[in-house]
Amino acid sequence: MILAEALTKRFNGVTAVDGVQFTVDRGEVLGFLGPNGAGKSTTMRMLAGCLEPDEGHAEIAGYDAALNRHDAQARLGYLPEGAPAYPAMTPRGYVRFHLRARGFSGSVLRDACDHALARANLGPAADKPIGALSKGYKRRAALAAAIAHDPPVLILDEPTDGLDPNQKDGVRALIADMAPKKAIIISTHLLEEVDTICSRAIVIAEGRLLVDETPHALASRGSDHTIASAFRSLTGSVSEVLRDPSGEGGA
Amino acid sequence: MSGLIAVYRRELAAYFQTPLAWVFLAVFAFAAPSFAWRAGRFFDTGRADLAPLFDFMPWLLLILMPALAMRTWAEERDRGTLEMLLASPIPLWAAALGKFLSAWTISALALVLTFPMWIAVNYLGAPDNAATATAYLGALLLAGGYLAIGQALSASTGNQVVAFVLGTAACVLITAAGLPMVIDALSDQAPGAAVEAVAELSALARFDSLRQGVMGLPDLVYFLSLMGLGLGVAMLLIDARRGVGR
Repeated sequence: MILAEALTKRFNGVTAVDGVQFTVDRGEVLGFLGPNGAGKSTTMRMLAGCLEPDEGHAEIAGYDAALNRHDAQARLGYLPEGAPAYPAMTPRGYVRFHLRARGFSGSVLRDACDHALARANLGPAADKPIGALSKGYKRRAALAAAIAHDPPVLILDEPTDGLDPNQKDGVRALIADMAPKKAIIISTHLLEEVDTICSRAIVIAEGRLLVDETPHALASRGSDHTIASAFRSLTGSVSEVLRDPSGEGGA
Repeated sequence: MSGLIAVYRRELAAYFQTPLAWVFLAVFAFAAPSFAWRAGRFFDTGRADLAPLFDFMPWLLLILMPALAMRTWAEERDRGTLEMLLASPIPLWAAALGKFLSAWTISALALVLTFPMWIAVNYLGAPDNAATATAYLGALLLAGGYLAIGQALSASTGNQVVAFVLGTAACVLITAAGLPMVIDALSDQAPGAAVEAVAELSALARFDSLRQGVMGLPDLVYFLSLMGLGLGVAMLLIDARRGVGR
């Protein structure tokens, strides 16, 4: 459902993403891990079709994200980093805008909107201006817009960032509920999230893919068999190697 | 088409959800008659027509239209919503056209607010209503041209103030190119054909014939081309963001 093939992106001569490739099938939830600036969001933006790769290509549900962008994006729900939304709109208006842009109308649009707002647990906040909402509610409004058209592919950039523990549990339960019928990528800095909801995990650092395996296999790489220690040892060592490729770093 | 309608409705609502549309309409409703009465000496001309209103219309529009257009893309870039827009299945032409049509609707509403003056001249005398209607159409086309230029320059930056300044400067340039003093100054420096070409490209010269109630195909083509050019440049600039990121 999701294909990243040798994706490469450079900004002003600096390689942000370097030959990243992986696939995600229906029923999989892929956890995308990496330190800040590792290239996670850039990779997700290339998959979503809002950024064109310099090399390689991406596919969503069999459609090239650059050449058949419209078909690919019609099958995608995307939550960008920071969950940007229009502050003067209400979450209901925002979700309706997304649905209308995808050709929904009448009672089908109303039902899909109500369903998405309920699943994202917006409650009375659904009819307040987004600019007046807390960070957690803003993120849930953007999440509701991403899932409203029931797409087969979801790409969610830090979906639980800024949420309180109860809200985090709610979003994780929502992702777990949708997982069997969709291909889902989530990026996160919360490593316990990988254990809870992901069926596979990818770690990238300095734009390069380091590992692509199950959370259990990833944890076994750590000194104390946790994903946190595996993450530290993987991303710490690659940073040292990339800064000093000769391996002759001084003391 | 669904993308165009969705963007048009969202943008139109956005103008009224913030003070922008209300302030714009209030300023226009106050400024347009003020120019006609004070500077255009509306009551001193002794004629029952709206010439004093349309004489100053280009100068009013070249300030107000870039103010209306400045947020078009600069705001999307500044707030990060451009990424969401580029990731949705809305064709870029539909987004640009939807944004343009919503701003054009506001400018049409602003022109409608001057209709009481039209009613007043009908009460005072027997104006040529067909010529007045043509002048209104000319003002609407001129507003559209300025909005498209404003949209193109809004796409070039993430800062609305910069977009406004650039938009106003561009509108002044294409308007002032037709002023006699500019033509005279150019005549001393450039060959006659070049001066003639600059004068032909002036929005002021094109609006002038419409202002007098004469609608020619070249004038119509000129304004539609100006709108097409502005929207085309805006689309190119936004599409280029896919290559360079936010």
